Amino acid sequence: MGYDPDEILYKPIEKPSPVFWYTVAGLLVIIGWALFMYVRQLYLGLGVTGMNQPVSWGFYIVNFVFFIGISHAGTLISAILRLSKAEWRRPITRMAEVITAIVLAIGGLHPIIDLGRPDRLLNIFRTGRLQSPLLWDVTSITAYFTASTVYLYIPLIPDIAILRDRGAKPQWLYKFLSWGYQGTERQKHVLERAMNILMVMVIPIAVSVHTVISYIFSMTLQPGWHSTIFGPYFVVGAIFSGIAALLIVMIAFRKVFHFEAYLKEVHFRYLGNLLLIMSLLWFYFTFSEYLTGYFGHEPFEMRVFFYKFSGKYAPYYWGMVMCNFVIPVLILSFKKTKRIPGILIAAIAVTIGMWLERLIIVVPSLANTRLPYPTGIYVPSLVEWSLLIGAVSVFVLGFVLFSRFFPLISVWEIKEGRETSVKEVSERLESYLPDTESVRY
Amino acid sequence: MPRWGMVIDLDKCTGCGACVAACKQENNVAYNTPEEAERGRTLSWINIMTEVEGEYPHLRVRYLPLPCMHCDNPPCIKVCPVRATYKADNGIVAQIYPRCIGCRYCMAACPYTVKDFNWFEPQWDPEIKKTTNPDVSLRPKGVVEKCTFCHHRLIKAREQAALEGREMLEEEYQPACVETCPANAMFFGDLDDPNSIVARLSRSPRAFRLMEDLGTEPKVYYLSEGEKII
Repeated sequence: MGYDPDEILYKPIEKPSPVFWYTVAGLLVIIGWALFMYVRQLYLGLGVTGMNQPVSWGFYIVNFVFFIGISHAGTLISAILRLSKAEWRRPITRMAEVITAIVLAIGGLHPIIDLGRPDRLLNIFRTGRLQSPLLWDVTSITAYFTASTVYLYIPLIPDIAILRDRGAKPQWLYKFLSWGYQGTERQKHVLERAMNILMVMVIPIAVSVHTVISYIFSMTLQPGWHSTIFGPYFVVGAIFSGIAALLIVMIAFRKVFHFEAYLKEVHFRYLGNLLLIMSLLWFYFTFSEYLTGYFGHEPFEMRVFFYKFSGKYAPYYWGMVMCNFVIPVLILSFKKTKRIPGILIAAIAVTIGMWLERLIIVVPSLANTRLPYPTGIYVPSLVEWSLLIGAVSVFVLGFVLFSRFFPLISVWEIKEGRETSVKEVSERLESYLPDTESVRY
Repeated sequence: MPRWGMVIDLDKCTGCGACVAACKQENNVAYNTPEEAERGRTLSWINIMTEVEGEYPHLRVRYLPLPCMHCDNPPCIKVCPVRATYKADNGIVAQIYPRCIGCRYCMAACPYTVKDFNWFEPQWDPEIKKTTNPDVSLRPKGVVEKCTFCHHRLIKAREQAALEGREMLEEEYQPACVETCPANAMFFGDLDDPNSIVARLSRSPRAFRLMEDLGTEPKVYYLSEGEKII
């Protein structure tokens, strides 16, 4: 095998740096602590959290909605970019798909962490009621997880085959996972067919997942939850936070693995544009949601409204508006600030802001009951904070482990881009232009 | 099939709390430390909501005993993923403790906030533990519980009547709170029997239900407070 221009993409797999082990060890310590806290919660009961009556849902449900939201980064963005034949997608899709798979697993575990009796989890199959929005969630998240892991794996096969042929260790892993892929015409054709079917399938599933999560809230009668636009509002928020998470991951690994040649300024600019659009769209939805609530002036609705606008949750509410709208729009609207450091700040702000949004949706509606009950208080305990940090650590660990065994940038798609797409795209471009023969004078 | 319901006369209620105490005893509702109660972890199947109106010295205190409303259209059973809460044919909204997975969705969906969760393993004073009611099961930690209209008393009365080979009388089934109320402010019976006291009181012009506009059709009626001339 001669000189490979993409040598740097194999480096994290073939010559891992010792930093890898330190990172893994550090993350395992944090995860171990979170696990200990969870076992303690299992043993003592959910009383160790800050939840109470009437705030019977807290961090766990917030994190559940948040993480599942992030999962829209991946599969959805990668599928849309592939479908629309956006050529700049090539170095991005893999990372986006990995985010989805890891974050879905984390998010899907959160309702189980939140259960009072996780030992009875299987009751949802034994005596499950399909009329309950929670069951819709179980169904759609399982479907999405299955579809998106397959969608991560299928485009990974040619890369695994390349690694197998290069003799990367452990050989058995690559031999097994490459399924005898040799890159023949027929295999390529089947692979492409499978990818095409999957990317069309994955989009409606992804949309359904977050719609159904919003239904958990909007199907109840509670003020602040019972809203018809919750479905699309959640989906928009999910894609928004997903793009932000993708940008953070891209910037981090670009730095760590020196992918500067692959992840260029232009990729960040394009994704930054997308983030800007989603920020405006998010603002539009938030504005509609709260204005309709305010204009109707229903007394219970107003209690929740003012709790967010000027009450106890005002710092979080306005913090959210800052993080999700003011900061990203200011940074991304100007060419001067729309560079990688600026985009990183915007992406971090959006991630925090979207987490705050989930908090603002879950807690205030529960805290302000309809009855003249004292307004509920919710102060998350050490357990809940530990599990949040643990969940983030699992995410990082998942990414670090993936990058140790598989290329974070799709090697074969880069090669394909270099070898065939340039010609293909110029042909395609020509086909867009008006035909000279058919123009009649 | 009767449709069991309750009427609470707010004019008569003195807010003494006897119903709360009787309910706790009858249904083996766990005790709690003051610190935990402060944090909103109290278990109580019937609560007395207190509202203070006006300023000293012109104060007026209102009391509203709040059991489960046993809605005819309960928002809680609609959301339960495992059918651990359901409406029985006689209108009582029941809870299946051994099936509940503790997701607390029903608590979030209940507009009356009358569902309680066992945040810890339930605890009793050792002396009281010896006197728990054998008719009511003890709940484990991690499940939701709520007022059952003392459903076990219905079973008992029905079986007693069957044993004696006769129809059960309405008066034979009374929840503990109703039986205890020293002010005689609470009534219980079949809402579908036009001659029963609850059916008659529920038709009173003073009768109202909580949040009727939500369409939950509660089976607990209140008789509103009238003007008092001293």
